[in-house]
Amino acid sequence: MSDFETDLTSSDKELQEFLMMEKQKAQVNAQIHEFNEICWEKCIGKPSAKLDSATETCLSNCVDRFIDTSLLITQRFAQILQKHDM
Amino acid sequence: MAATAPAAENVEVMSQVKQQIALANAQEMLSKMTEKCFKKCIHKPGKTLDASEQRCISQCMDRFMDSWNLVSRTYGNRLQRDHYKGAADMAD
Repeated sequence: MSDFETDLTSSDKELQEFLMMEKQKAQVNAQIHEFNEICWEKCIGKPSAKLDSATETCLSNCVDRFIDTSLLITQRFAQILQKHDM
Repeated sequence: MAATAPAAENVEVMSQVKQQIALANAQEMLSKMTEKCFKKCIHKPGKTLDASEQRCISQCMDRFMDSWNLVSRTYGNRLQRDHYKGAADMAD
Protein backbone atom coordinates (compact mmCIF):
# COMPACT_ATOMS: atom_id res chain seq x y z
CA MET A 1 0.00 0.00 0.00
CA SER A 2 2.68 2.52 1.02
CA ASP A 3 4.93 1.32 -1.82
CA PHE A 4 2.07 1.88 -4.17
CA GLU A 5 1.45 5.33 -2.80
CA THR A 6 5.04 6.49 -3.08
CA ASP A 7 4.97 5.53 -6.75
CA LEU A 8 2.12 7.90 -7.44
CA THR A 9 2.86 11.23 -9.04
CA SER A 10 1.39 14.30 -7.37
CA SER A 11 -1.24 14.58 -10.07
CA ASP A 12 -2.23 10.93 -9.50
CA LYS A 13 -2.55 11.67 -5.82
CA GLU A 14 -4.65 14.68 -6.56
CA LEU A 15 -6.94 12.58 -8.73
CA GLN A 16 -7.13 9.90 -6.08
CA GLU A 17 -8.16 12.45 -3.45
CA PHE A 18 -10.66 14.00 -5.81
CA LEU A 19 -12.27 10.61 -6.52
CA MET A 20 -12.43 9.76 -2.85
CA MET A 21 -14.19 13.03 -2.12
CA GLU A 22 -16.62 12.53 -4.96
CA LYS A 23 -17.30 8.99 -3.85
CA GLN A 24 -18.07 10.19 -0.35
CA LYS A 25 -20.39 12.88 -1.69
CA ALA A 26 -22.13 10.29 -3.86
CA GLN A 27 -22.65 8.03 -0.84
CA VAL A 28 -24.20 10.88 1.15
CA ASN A 29 -26.38 11.67 -1.83
CA ALA A 30 -27.57 8.09 -2.16
CA GLN A 31 -28.37 8.09 1.55
CA ILE A 32 -30.46 11.28 1.13
CA HIS A 33 -32.41 9.62 -1.69
CA GLU A 34 -33.11 6.66 0.54
CA PHE A 35 -34.21 8.76 3.53
CA ASN A 36 -36.35 10.92 1.31
CA GLU A 37 -38.10 7.87 -0.10
CA ILE A 38 -38.78 6.39 3.34
CA CYS A 39 -39.92 9.65 4.90
CA TRP A 40 -41.98 10.72 1.91
CA GLU A 41 -44.04 7.55 2.40
CA LYS A 42 -44.40 8.24 6.13
CA CYS A 43 -45.14 11.95 6.08
CA ILE A 44 -46.71 13.08 2.82
CA GLY A 45 -50.44 12.79 2.28
CA LYS A 46 -52.00 14.50 -0.71
CA PRO A 47 -49.49 16.85 -2.37
CA SER A 48 -50.62 20.44 -1.74
CA ALA A 49 -49.51 23.97 -2.60
CA LYS A 50 -46.71 23.89 -0.04
CA LEU A 51 -45.16 21.72 2.65
CA ASP A 52 -46.97 22.72 5.84
CA SER A 53 -45.04 22.99 9.08
CA ALA A 54 -46.43 19.74 10.49
CA THR A 55 -45.16 17.90 7.43
CA GLU A 56 -41.79 19.59 7.70
CA THR A 57 -41.52 18.55 11.33
CA CYS A 58 -42.53 15.01 10.40
CA LEU A 59 -39.86 14.81 7.68
CA SER A 60 -37.03 16.05 9.82
CA ASN A 61 -38.05 13.90 12.80
CA CYS A 62 -38.34 10.97 10.42
CA VAL A 63 -34.73 11.33 9.27
CA ASP A 64 -33.38 11.65 12.82
CA ARG A 65 -35.45 8.79 14.20
CA PHE A 66 -34.53 6.54 11.28
CA ILE A 67 -30.85 7.13 12.01
CA ASP A 68 -31.47 6.52 15.75
CA THR A 69 -33.30 3.31 14.90
CA SER A 70 -30.51 2.14 12.68
CA LEU A 71 -27.90 2.85 15.38
CA LEU A 72 -29.97 1.17 18.08
CA ILE A 73 -30.59 -1.93 16.01
CA THR A 74 -26.93 -2.16 15.09
CA GLN A 75 -25.96 -1.99 18.79
CA ARG A 76 -28.57 -4.48 19.95
CA PHE A 77 -27.74 -6.81 17.10
CA ALA A 78 -24.09 -6.77 18.06
CA GLN A 79 -25.06 -7.58 21.68
CA ILE A 80 -27.20 -10.49 20.55
CA LEU A 81 -24.39 -11.86 18.44
CA GLN A 82 -22.00 -11.60 21.36
CA LYS A 83 -24.34 -13.34 23.79
CA HIS A 84 -25.29 -16.17 21.51
CA ASP A 85 -22.12 -17.36 20.08
CA MET A 86 -18.55 -18.29 20.50
CA MET B 1 -7.15 22.41 -0.40
CA ALA B 2 -9.75 24.05 -2.61
CA ALA B 3 -7.31 26.91 -3.07
CA THR B 4 -4.90 25.04 -5.37
CA ALA B 5 -5.89 24.64 -9.00
CA PRO B 6 -5.96 21.02 -10.23
CA ALA B 7 -3.07 19.77 -12.36
CA ALA B 8 -3.64 20.45 -16.04
CA GLU B 9 -3.87 16.77 -16.96
CA ASN B 10 -6.60 16.25 -14.36
CA VAL B 11 -8.91 19.10 -15.29
CA GLU B 12 -10.69 17.26 -18.08
CA VAL B 13 -11.25 13.96 -16.27
CA MET B 14 -12.40 15.73 -13.10
CA SER B 15 -14.99 17.72 -14.93
CA GLN B 16 -16.19 14.58 -16.73
CA VAL B 17 -16.56 12.74 -13.43
CA LYS B 18 -18.52 15.65 -11.96
CA GLN B 19 -20.75 15.79 -15.01
CA GLN B 20 -21.49 12.08 -14.93
CA ILE B 21 -22.29 12.19 -11.23
CA ALA B 22 -24.63 15.12 -11.78
CA LEU B 23 -26.33 13.20 -14.58
CA ALA B 24 -26.72 10.09 -12.43
CA ASN B 25 -28.19 12.22 -9.62
CA ALA B 26 -30.70 13.81 -11.95
CA GLN B 27 -31.72 10.40 -13.29
CA GLU B 28 -32.16 9.03 -9.80
CA MET B 29 -34.28 12.03 -8.84
CA LEU B 30 -36.37 11.71 -12.00
CA SER B 31 -37.09 8.04 -11.56
CA LYS B 32 -37.97 8.30 -7.84
CA MET B 33 -40.15 11.31 -8.54
CA THR B 34 -42.01 9.54 -11.33
CA GLU B 35 -42.61 6.50 -9.16
CA LYS B 36 -43.78 8.49 -6.12
CA CYS B 37 -45.95 10.97 -7.98
CA PHE B 38 -47.57 8.32 -10.13
CA LYS B 39 -48.48 6.52 -6.94
CA LYS B 40 -49.84 9.68 -5.29
CA CYS B 41 -51.72 11.15 -8.22
CA ILE B 42 -52.92 8.42 -10.55
CA HIS B 43 -55.40 6.32 -8.64
CA LYS B 44 -57.34 4.86 -11.53
CA PRO B 45 -55.54 5.24 -14.86
CA GLY B 46 -57.98 6.59 -17.43
CA LYS B 47 -57.84 7.25 -21.17
CA THR B 48 -55.73 10.39 -20.72
CA LEU B 49 -53.95 12.26 -17.93
CA ASP B 50 -56.75 14.63 -17.02
CA ALA B 51 -56.23 18.21 -15.86
CA SER B 52 -56.53 17.44 -12.15
CA GLU B 53 -54.03 14.59 -12.43
CA GLN B 54 -51.62 16.89 -14.24
CA ARG B 55 -52.04 19.54 -11.55
CA CYS B 56 -51.46 16.93 -8.86
CA ILE B 57 -48.31 15.72 -10.62
CA SER B 58 -46.79 19.16 -10.92
CA GLN B 59 -47.52 19.92 -7.25
CA CYS B 60 -46.16 16.54 -6.30
CA MET B 61 -42.90 17.24 -8.16
CA ASP B 62 -42.48 20.55 -6.32
CA ARG B 63 -43.21 18.97 -2.94
CA PHE B 64 -40.87 16.08 -3.74
CA MET B 65 -38.03 18.53 -4.26
CA ASP B 66 -38.97 20.46 -1.10
CA SER B 67 -38.91 17.19 0.79
CA TRP B 68 -35.56 16.20 -0.73
CA ASN B 69 -34.03 19.51 0.28
CA LEU B 70 -35.38 19.32 3.81
CA VAL B 71 -34.18 15.73 4.23
CA SER B 72 -30.80 16.74 2.89
CA ARG B 73 -30.52 19.65 5.37
CA THR B 74 -31.65 17.49 8.29
CA TYR B 75 -29.16 14.75 7.42
CA GLY B 76 -26.40 17.32 6.96
CA ASN B 77 -27.10 18.77 10.41
CA ARG B 78 -27.13 15.31 11.90
CA LEU B 79 -23.81 14.38 10.34
CA GLN B 80 -22.27 17.55 11.66
CA ARG B 81 -23.74 17.07 15.14
CA ASP B 82 -22.54 13.46 15.36
CA HIS B 83 -19.16 14.45 14.00
CA TYR B 84 -18.65 17.09 16.69
CA LYS B 85 -20.01 14.78 19.35
CA GLY B 86 -17.57 12.09 18.18
CA ALA B 87 -14.70 14.55 18.32
CA ALA B 88 -15.73 15.69 21.82
CA ASP B 89 -15.99 12.07 23.02
CA MET B 90 -12.49 11.45 21.74
CA ALA B 91 -11.22 14.48 23.63
CA ASP B 92 -12.68 13.24 26.93
